Amino acid sequence: MIKISFKIDTCKGCGLCVGACPKKLLRIAPDAINKKGHHPAEITDASACIGCASCAMMCPDCVIRIEKE
Amino acid sequence: MVVFDKPKALLDVPLHYCPGCTHGIIHRLVAEVIDELGIEGRTIGIAPVGCAVMAYDYFACDMIEAAHGRAPAVATGVKRSDPEHNVVFTYQGDGDLASIGTAEIVHAAARNENITVIFINNAIYGMTGGQMAPTSLVGQVTQTSPYGRDPKLCGYPVKICEMLAELEGPEYLERVTVNSVPNVRKAKKAIKKAFQNQLDGKGFSLVEVISACPTNWGMTPQKALEWIDSDMIPYYPLGVYKDRSANSEVAK
Repeated sequence: MIKISFKIDTCKGCGLCVGACPKKLLRIAPDAINKKGHHPAEITDASACIGCASCAMMCPDCVIRIEKE
Repeated sequence: MVVFDKPKALLDVPLHYCPGCTHGIIHRLVAEVIDELGIEGRTIGIAPVGCAVMAYDYFACDMIEAAHGRAPAVATGVKRSDPEHNVVFTYQGDGDLASIGTAEIVHAAARNENITVIFINNAIYGMTGGQMAPTSLVGQVTQTSPYGRDPKLCGYPVKICEMLAELEGPEYLERVTVNSVPNVRKAKKAIKKAFQNQLDGKGFSLVEVISACPTNWGMTPQKALEWIDSDMIPYYPLGVYKDRSANSEVAK
């Protein structure tokens, strides 16, 4: 079981994680907005995440934390 | 089990960099290496002038802010004051290292000073608003070259790794980039080697990281990563430019 969490308020919505995900599970949330005024990244289907950490590797702001249970 | 989390050597504060700026990735890689080698308590980083000027707010190790371009000179002093204990790295951009700091970096390399240099090449002056840098590509449009860099007027971009590789001094020179996951892994490997060389007392190690500046290149972050592949890497080829101990081992 993969647990992926986002520090929403440090996300700048650059989308580098979106391009890095091999399963195309991430997107920039069109409706949500964070403290800084950016649209943060979010996962569309957390159950399909394989925990490869590609998104976290490409994130310039260490927004993503991944745990395996 | 935690698969991925922020390294301890990077403080839990938001970075001031623009969205999609790869400085954040490189900061994290340096911090991960410091964590893995367990040297946070004895590491002293030298921050440059440029976008990374506030790096002293982000790294958990001790940091010094040097005058523009003089980070290798400051690093030399810090290293020589306690060579056995201090682990010293500089983190410099291209406006810092390749223009005003050229003298310092060339001589630090020539002396084979036992320090680690992380050189960020994004082909532009980021902090001051996107002026042409010594590393800007021929034809690249910047604030001060609105019709593209003209080599007749401004000369050709400086290739730091190739230039320093001609010197006898340096131990290790490698150029990497962080525009994809495999390249991020390779960049980390290079940065780790550059720190390990210092711990082993081998001497001057420089890792040049081709980095993206979406804001001043006028591109989306994703497009900027593609531009690294299509335009920057053909002029700045990736690879190891010098690795003295590896070569001498082969010779044996």
